[in-house]
Amino acid sequence: MNTAIEAAGLTKQYGGHRALDGVDLSVEAGTVLGLLGPNGAGKTTTVRTLATLLEPDAGTARVAGFDIVRQRREVRRRIGLAGQYAAVDELLTGRENLVLLGRLLRLGRRGSAARAAELLAQFELEAAADKPAKEYSGGMRRRLDLAVSLIAAPEVLFLDEPTTGLDPASRATLWRMVQDQVDQGVTVLLTTQYLEEADFLADRILVVDRGRVIAEGTSDELKRKVGGERLEVAVADGSALAQAAAVLAPLAVAPPQLDERQRTVHVQLPDGMGALASAATALDYAGVTVEEFALRRPSLDDVFFHLTGEATGAPGPREAAKAEASV
Amino acid sequence: MSSVLAHGGDVAALTGRHLRHLRRTPEKIIGVALTPVAMVVILGYLFATVVEVKNTGGSYREYIMAGVFAQVGLSCIGITAIGVAGDLGKGLIDRFRSLPMGRATVLVSHTLADLAAAALSILLVAVTGLAVGWRVHGSFLENLTGFLLLLGFAYAMLWVGALLGMVMRNLEAISGVAALLLVLFSFLSSSFMPLTGLPGWLRTVAEWNPVSAVSEACRQLWGNTGPAASGSFPVENAVLVSALSIGLLVAVLIPLSLRVYRISATR
Ligand SMILES: Nc1ncnc2c1ncn2[C@@H]1O[C@H](COP(=O)(O)OP(=O)(O)OP(=O)(O)O)[C@@H](O)[C@H]1O
Ligand SMILES: [Mg+2]
Repeated sequence: MNTAIEAAGLTKQYGGHRALDGVDLSVEAGTVLGLLGPNGAGKTTTVRTLATLLEPDAGTARVAGFDIVRQRREVRRRIGLAGQYAAVDELLTGRENLVLLGRLLRLGRRGSAARAAELLAQFELEAAADKPAKEYSGGMRRRLDLAVSLIAAPEVLFLDEPTTGLDPASRATLWRMVQDQVDQGVTVLLTTQYLEEADFLADRILVVDRGRVIAEGTSDELKRKVGGERLEVAVADGSALAQAAAVLAPLAVAPPQLDERQRTVHVQLPDGMGALASAATALDYAGVTVEEFALRRPSLDDVFFHLTGEATGAPGPREAAKAEASV
Repeated sequence: MSSVLAHGGDVAALTGRHLRHLRRTPEKIIGVALTPVAMVVILGYLFATVVEVKNTGGSYREYIMAGVFAQVGLSCIGITAIGVAGDLGKGLIDRFRSLPMGRATVLVSHTLADLAAAALSILLVAVTGLAVGWRVHGSFLENLTGFLLLLGFAYAMLWVGALLGMVMRNLEAISGVAALLLVLFSFLSSSFMPLTGLPGWLRTVAEWNPVSAVSEACRQLWGNTGPAASGSFPVENAVLVSALSIGLLVAVLIPLSLRVYRISATR
């Protein structure tokens, strides 16, 4: 497997403010890297730097095998970019937007027209193809933007928050369209605020905050960092809470945590169905009336709060408790 | 060679885009031509009956036409400025910059397409002028040179617009500044009045204003003036001075705009 995107120590300074503070990343060809981070983390700056729009103050990067500073033109021939705000020409029709970009990417008049027709069909824009883009809805505009970025069949695709502001149905459509590209072997770097999006599309996830990479791994690895699956037991009667905890304690790998308000005990059990079965039996045997018995995997939200808790505001008491439990 | 062709193709594609814009928003041309056409009617039709141009013997209607044409050039500042700022604001420039294009392509095609708008506006003003009784005299070659000078001046002003658009970015602010430049430079010139009545220092400033040089040159090339009035250098050598100042403007503005483009697009 070769590497499609590789960056080392990328730094970008705006006045006294470090937007990027030594970002390292590497994406294998044909995979998807999700860049996750709060507002102002440096996601857009990273994308713009890798797409040769910004010159880094320090650090180096290669995209599709070429240096982003010294071989800019070679890089530009091989990338597609859909920025944070859909960059379509509103006065032109969808088709004209595509043909224009096709011509600028040297596909020729006829080649551009053919490719435009193909993409319009693929992105379900045929009906609106000859309407000016200013009459498009947000979702159509996003789809057109993505189609435009794919006009020259790029090897590497940069998507900066591709589904921000879309309804769930349009988001799912767009995900499918991105997935199609990945299936065809395109390498994708996408930034997002939606954790399900990273969960769904990305093979690996990079969490950035204040211009630094603070965690990296697959979605599962990151979730494991926060702690494995936990059992949540809600009891009918608050006074039985301590009893439930006492019953579960011998089975757990860490002391159970109590949530008085929710009348819930959280415990981390060893892996496997056996532990789960024993927990159920033990509770039943002790005569605790259980209202809810659920196994919960940490979501990427938990990961996100866990990792950037200090930066995004005070972590909730539960998050803090979890963080303690996992170390 | 093939890269020259490729660049030419890029410029053609983008110029085509801007010409489409022009066709879909014809109000742009009206925006450029409206003030000058109004000036032709107001000055040439209403004022001409009471104003008499001193020392020249020519009619006021003929006198102001060259000034009005120069004003078309000045109002070109606004269209390019707004076009460039609009592209920057909508992130289109980012997209263009992520393509393997020459660094001058975007601005060159903006100004080329807007030059077409300028030519169209000049035509509109000419038609209006002819309707109120303006005529050109002298040789065809001289007359043509006058119009070429005007186009050259308009082209230089389009680059002023490109610069303004990149620096200011805000569309309302750009309209304001463009309107101010229009008024300032056309009234501090010999466009609508001979400068003989101005106090010394102000007169020198106004005489060296490129707008004065261009309108004086056109008047001379179109035979719209009596025997030359004052003996100052820029007036006597108006054609030379205007050609030189247009050349100088373009030589300074183009590289400067390209530099600013590089910087402003990476902000
Ligand atoms: N042109 C600029 N001038 C000055 N500061 C900038 C500029 N662009 C970005 N920054 C700063 O750099 C930091 C990173 O910005 P960036 O746009 O990369 O964040 P982001 O992760 O994309 O955020 P968001 O989720 O809000 O899009 C921010 O603090 C931002 O204020
Ligand atoms: Mg961003």
